[in-house]
Amino acid sequence: MSINESGWKPEMVKSDASAPPTFTGNRALMLEESLIFEIGSTETTGVDLAPIPQIASRLGGLERNRTIGLAGLSEPETVRHYTRLSRQNYAIDLGFFPLGSCTMKHNPRLNEKIARLPGFSDVHPLAPTQTVQGALAVIHELAHWLVTLTGMKAVAMSPKAGAHGELCGILAIRAALTARGDARSVILCPESAHGTNPATAAFAGYAVENIPATPEGRVDMAALNARLGAGGSVCDVAAVMITNPNTCGLFEPDMRAISDAVHAAGGFVYCDGANFNAIVGRVRPGDLGVDAMHINVHKTFSTPHGGGGPGAGPVVLSEALAPYAPLPFVDKVDGEYVLVEEETASEHHASTFGRMVAFHGQMGMFTRALSYIMSHGADGLRQVAEDAVLNANYILRSLEDVLEAPFAGSGPCMHEALFSDNGLAEGFSTLDIAKGLIDEGYHPMTVYFPLVVHGAMLVEPTETESKATMDEFIGAMRSVAARAKAGDPSLKTAPHFAPRRRLDETLAARKPVLVWKEPEVAIAAE
Amino acid sequence: MSRYFTQDHEWIEVDGDTATVGITDYAQGQLGDIVFAEVPAVGAALTKGGDAAVVESVKAASDVYAPVTGTVTENNEALESDPALVNTDPEGEGWFFKLHLADAGELDGLMDAAAYQAFVGAL
Amino acid sequence: MRYLPLTQTDRQAMLGVIGAKSIDDLFVDVPPEAQLDGPIKGLPNHASEMAVERYFSGLSRQNMAASHHPFFLGAGAYKHHVPASVDHIIQRGEFLTAYTPYQPEIAQGTLQMLFEFQTQVARLLGCDVANASMYDGSTACWEAISMAGRVTKRSKAVLSSGLHPHYVNVAVTMAKYTGDTLDVATPELAAITDSARLLNSIDAETSCVVVQYPDILGRIEDLTAIAAKAHEVGALLIAVVTEPVALGAIRSPGEMGADIVVGEGQSIGVGLQFGGPYVGLFACKEKFVRQMPGRLCGETVDAEGKRGFVLTLSTREQHIRREKATSNICTNSGLCALAFSIHMTLLGERGLRDLASLNHALAVQAADRLARIPGVSFVNDSFFNEFTLRLPSEARPVVRALAEKKILGGVSLGRLYPGVEALENGLVVAVTEVATAEDIEEFAAALQEILV
Repeated sequence: MSINESGWKPEMVKSDASAPPTFTGNRALMLEESLIFEIGSTETTGVDLAPIPQIASRLGGLERNRTIGLAGLSEPETVRHYTRLSRQNYAIDLGFFPLGSCTMKHNPRLNEKIARLPGFSDVHPLAPTQTVQGALAVIHELAHWLVTLTGMKAVAMSPKAGAHGELCGILAIRAALTARGDARSVILCPESAHGTNPATAAFAGYAVENIPATPEGRVDMAALNARLGAGGSVCDVAAVMITNPNTCGLFEPDMRAISDAVHAAGGFVYCDGANFNAIVGRVRPGDLGVDAMHINVHKTFSTPHGGGGPGAGPVVLSEALAPYAPLPFVDKVDGEYVLVEEETASEHHASTFGRMVAFHGQMGMFTRALSYIMSHGADGLRQVAEDAVLNANYILRSLEDVLEAPFAGSGPCMHEALFSDNGLAEGFSTLDIAKGLIDEGYHPMTVYFPLVVHGAMLVEPTETESKATMDEFIGAMRSVAARAKAGDPSLKTAPHFAPRRRLDETLAARKPVLVWKEPEVAIAAE
Repeated sequence: MSRYFTQDHEWIEVDGDTATVGITDYAQGQLGDIVFAEVPAVGAALTKGGDAAVVESVKAASDVYAPVTGTVTENNEALESDPALVNTDPEGEGWFFKLHLADAGELDGLMDAAAYQAFVGAL
Repeated sequence: MRYLPLTQTDRQAMLGVIGAKSIDDLFVDVPPEAQLDGPIKGLPNHASEMAVERYFSGLSRQNMAASHHPFFLGAGAYKHHVPASVDHIIQRGEFLTAYTPYQPEIAQGTLQMLFEFQTQVARLLGCDVANASMYDGSTACWEAISMAGRVTKRSKAVLSSGLHPHYVNVAVTMAKYTGDTLDVATPELAAITDSARLLNSIDAETSCVVVQYPDILGRIEDLTAIAAKAHEVGALLIAVVTEPVALGAIRSPGEMGADIVVGEGQSIGVGLQFGGPYVGLFACKEKFVRQMPGRLCGETVDAEGKRGFVLTLSTREQHIRREKATSNICTNSGLCALAFSIHMTLLGERGLRDLASLNHALAVQAADRLARIPGVSFVNDSFFNEFTLRLPSEARPVVRALAEKKILGGVSLGRLYPGVEALENGLVVAVTEVATAEDIEEFAAALQEILV
């Protein structure tokens, strides 16, 4: 026989618990990655360009005479850099992402393919309208379905994101009030509102006041009525901003009465549509007396969150506000799509409050949203709301015995379940549960929001999660909650298995380092 | 010199017709690590109960109210480079501003140290 | 339905756990009269992937894509070649389907990318710091004006007539509600800008001067004197860059004294997409950082002392400061910022400079060729990759006639400034690296033919 000359013998040594440090700092698939400025150079490039013709420069004598300091990488280095970075991110594609109020549902890849068709991705916003009829048709068609799904009169498509949509709605309200010579100065928001609501109202020049909530987490009707009547004969309330379903995950059963009271007092009703996913296809906000509502297409209509945008925030408007909608918008005249801009506004849309963004809105998101709406259709969208609500209630009822659920007694929730940190061991809080969930392989729920619940944990599963996924999450959540109640010290130092341990946010804020500087420069500056 | 406290957790130390203002040890403990403090400009006219300064932790921004009406005579520039002073010595080196009292009578409604301790103990 | 994992069996089992008889029991808080009794009327039922794709392919074919024709449109959105690896990387699920990095331990990829992006933008624009992006250039421009108001505690902004008219309109809309005063003017079809007007208008009430660089007609002007005049009276200079590739060839606004520099980042890494999503760039001097809008990413260390990144200075933002926030902005334009950053990394300094030189050289060649057409005169003394022609007749119908000949030949000033007769013969032409010599020749020949 011949002996094994290569010496290759598979070997299984019993695992020893200690993990030795590595030379690189890497841990197998967990790879550290330096900044492009540390690994690249200003001489390196990952693009090849055509030869540059010789010409006499006509730059007005302002030729750049200093280095910019932009590091370049070759293509393979670039691909590897960003691939390594990507692996340090949690994402919907990796696992369950129950971030309340954010509707982290699956992002269909068909949408990505459609958004990239050249007729949508490669057309210029100022191209002659005769050359972009198909793109205008997409905007017009999506606008039609958004109006239909919400039971409203019109929709402004140009706002760039939810908060921008809020601004659009509030500006339309202000324009409507101005048109009737009514200078009102106050907008009412509940304390449970998203921070964007009061910020938007202030950005548009309004004073912001709080609407009190009942112990059941709903708008306090008596307090609202008192405030609407408080100004005597002249009410100073321009609008109320209500999130419905609200940020406690509850539907406002008195919504119609709220709208009627506000309208009777001469004000308008703005609805934050962040939670539209709970009711899409089952309830039309227009039937509840809403005057304006933005739609976060990256929530309800599945366009990707992209690590923080871009979003899109079309705003549906009531008959009272439609005349004030911003420019531009798409109209269909004699079978041809036209853009109504400043030029023709005086004939078609004289009361508009004006333009709030260059160009026509987030076309790349419109194609994705329309693709999603068509894929689901009327039957599918109704099922979306039902499954989203079913999943949230399943989580609520499966966890309410281990975590305090402040509103669980008042009935079912809508698309998200809310818990508080009451009952944890001394010194343990929501933050520790969140970090413990990271070690279990989950993105934590929304924490410390809404503000009306101490140590709030807002869990929104969405309809695109299976029962098996939720069962595993429920098990993990019960385990982490038990550790937090028992005062398990290892939870205070979680996460243990993420690419980074808890980060020093105090240091970051006290001594902000917002850009990279060459080390020698940084030393010289100290 | 005597020190008074407000229900909004400011302290004010009065010396004749001028006074020094800061936030209490209890307040800094509730806020957590302070990362930034914005103090009023010298000469600013403050009204009792009105916004006087801003103190920021990583996840919260809080207004500091003027305990009494008056004109700012000095502010604590050290907080700009070292906001942590509010955590380490809130009722000493971490003071916010000094002001010239407009009406010493406004001090009557404030708490003394014992009353403030009792107030905080009940929270 | 392909996006919904629950089976009928699952649903029944879950209702059992909840203690509900049917799904309707979970909607008891919604008054019955507000509930639809069936699927929404008019919308067809669900459709197959193939059917949806077929529908959109049909609509897509009705549009003239920039890559398929000689293409010379600019005026705030530019066609550049985007390397294949950019679109590949931004479609990785870990970037595409991540959320805002509020849990930094599991979002270091997005955070480090944003830190790199902020560094790239700050350096390109010539500023100390930059934020993690805004919606687009036009909204970034208004945010800058608003920020200058907070810094200077004044409310009068002087806008150059060379500022993109859509940007002006956005500011005009917002100023109606905030009480700011805007000093605006319409440009002239001339080589010189209105810098004399700006210098005269700056006074002790002025919060800021806003100048686009290069401007809407493609003109490039030294900003040093305007910066000096603004600073003399305690006002800020805001520079607006709608074509950041230009900064590979010309001095940055920061170098010339701009206090805040904003821009439209679309031209690096982001496709035309009929106007959005794009990516707003926002940079400024370090001393103004606490007045900045939008998200900021900062460096720090973790509990083991390893370098890491977090969102920081959040107390400026709406989710903490609510009605006292510096802006109501919540999201940024994360994925477009990623595309910008990848493309910029691929270019590097050398690539960006070469790309800028190539753009300028082709634009010079095109300008010389087009100006030879009888009746056509050339407006600019200086330009980067975009310039303005004065045609012998109204430019708008000419653009439409060019489109009939399958040429996308520039943006007419009539489209941008409807009703302004003095500008109606103006045609703004952008020439980037995607234009071939044949494209330029075809464009010139067609334009000559139409003008005859």
